[in-house]
Amino acid sequence: MTPLLEIKGLKTHFGTDEGIVQAVDGVDITINKGETLCVVGESGCGKTVTAMSILKLIAMPPGRIVEGQIIFEGRDLVPLTSNELDEVRAKEIGFIFQEPMTSLNPVLTVGEQIAESLRRHDGLSRKDALARTIEMLKLVQIPNAEARVHDYPHQFSGGMRQRVMIAIALACRPKLVIADEPTTALDVTIQAQILDLLQDMKDRFGMAVMLITHAMGVVAETAQRVVVMYAGKVVEEASVERLFAQPSHPYTQGLIRSIPRIDLDSEHKARLETIGGAVPILINPAPGCRFAPRCRHAVSRCIETEPVLREIASGHRVACHLGEAP
Amino acid sequence: MAGLTLASPSVERRASSPWRETWRRYCRHKLAVVGAVLLLILVAAVVFGPFFWHVSINDIDFNATLQGPSLAHPFGTDDLGQDLLARMLYGGRISLAVGLAAMMVSVIVGTLVGALAGMSRGALGHALMWLTDLFLSLPQLPLLLLLIYLFRDQLKAVFGPEGGIFILIVLVIGGLRWMPVARLVRAQFLSLREKEFVEAARAIGASPTRQVVRHILPNALGPVIIAGTIDVAAAIIAESTLSFLGLGFPPDTPTWGRLLYDAKDYLDISAHWALFPGAAIFIAVMAINFIGDGLRDALDARRVV
Repeated sequence: MTPLLEIKGLKTHFGTDEGIVQAVDGVDITINKGETLCVVGESGCGKTVTAMSILKLIAMPPGRIVEGQIIFEGRDLVPLTSNELDEVRAKEIGFIFQEPMTSLNPVLTVGEQIAESLRRHDGLSRKDALARTIEMLKLVQIPNAEARVHDYPHQFSGGMRQRVMIAIALACRPKLVIADEPTTALDVTIQAQILDLLQDMKDRFGMAVMLITHAMGVVAETAQRVVVMYAGKVVEEASVERLFAQPSHPYTQGLIRSIPRIDLDSEHKARLETIGGAVPILINPAPGCRFAPRCRHAVSRCIETEPVLREIASGHRVACHLGEAP
Repeated sequence: MAGLTLASPSVERRASSPWRETWRRYCRHKLAVVGAVLLLILVAAVVFGPFFWHVSINDIDFNATLQGPSLAHPFGTDDLGQDLLARMLYGGRISLAVGLAAMMVSVIVGTLVGALAGMSRGALGHALMWLTDLFLSLPQLPLLLLLIYLFRDQLKAVFGPEGGIFILIVLVIGGLRWMPVARLVRAQFLSLREKEFVEAARAIGASPTRQVVRHILPNALGPVIIAGTIDVAAAIIAESTLSFLGLGFPPDTPTWGRLLYDAKDYLDISAHWALFPGAAIFIAVMAINFIGDGLRDALDARRVV
């Protein structure tokens, strides 16, 4: 089966006064039709930049896709102009933003904002678009949709706004939805509802979902496959079961260990584990493994040569010198 | 907002259209309603007044010079015995038209320049801001005089004496007042264009033009409307100034500013001659400012009142 989306060797760099920030540096990600892929990593790992690069939503300049291909249904999106990409945006690939509070235009009603892509891409009349909009609002479980379609974003709560964002992203029935930390700005109960809603929408429309998150709990609940990113690179990729059962990269292990747990008895209770240090600044990064300075297993080889992704089991790839034949 | 969440919003939902909501918010602003009524009365008076007040504006009557208000001449007469009410009704059309037209010119030019400068990330933005600063630093009154001396006769030849001078005055006043609007719009655009909802619009395939017209501009309009209403007031006053200097419309065209100019020599013996046009300018300017206030509040959907 050919994958729906194939990112090959993507490099997105940003020019700054201090130098070129290599925010995404050679990332390979594939997403198959109808699957949920989670991209995890802490802040500053290049998850969002990777996602934004797909639809060229990064500010250019200073951002620039230096290398790589983004093949969506057999077509490379990288060389397309912004105008050509407009036909893909929302119609083929929907995007859900992180901040529902600021991602809706305050002076337009939510109905107008959902209808915008319907009218733009599906060429619906005002009346048909309104009907579809109300239908979408019902699908994302906004009560009293017929009346609320004329309300403004400020009349909605955070969770409801994220539902509206989902309705906007799904209005044109895209084949892929990219959700950039859709639940980060919401409280925990609403998070669960939004994730349920996304799952529900996925079951209904059969689209693929690329879910970007830094919460391992969200990963465990929703994903089929997981890509772990660190400092602009993919460090591990596996099915969700395998990733939690056999995390093979020290960074992944660290992420999993730093999930707060409630099931440990008092003997084992200890301070929550963390990964010491912070993501390195990606201007002229040192050679070797980028995680090495924070890695408790690092050996001299880690500082000298950069590990490449290698397959350690079917569908499980990891970029780490540990366990490599010397 | 608190008031809205208290009473369960799903229960007392009214399916009212956004325009009705805007109208409702406007009506909540008492002074704005007063301003709208005053302006409507003024406009109705200058548009329809001459059909009911049949006194000619040029009837000279030396038996009735410099008379105070009376039944025959409700606003009194000037030094030639001409009826001031008739003259004000006729001149008001020009004063109000100049004010509104000059406001349109300055708002349109200012918004265009400001939007281009605000969206451009390169040399164009800088060039436009230099142009704005250049215009701001020009000494306006001498320039006004120069422009009017230079072009008055050509425009008069093409569009007739009143039409030509109207176009000239509107362009000159509007063309020298767009800079504050341009700076305002640019500042708004610089912050708005980085907002997430603009990015979200891009993510659903909105073209750059559409992003500007539908997503950025409406969010920037509040201050522009205020600047626009201030411009109407300023243009009416600027036209008065020009007339006062004897550079506006021909002397026999009784704009409100011209009437003031003619009245200035008789302030001590017949104050009514200056009081009525002065009051008309004052009321028009104040009414328009109130309307601007109300419009800003009414068009801001976030303001729940």
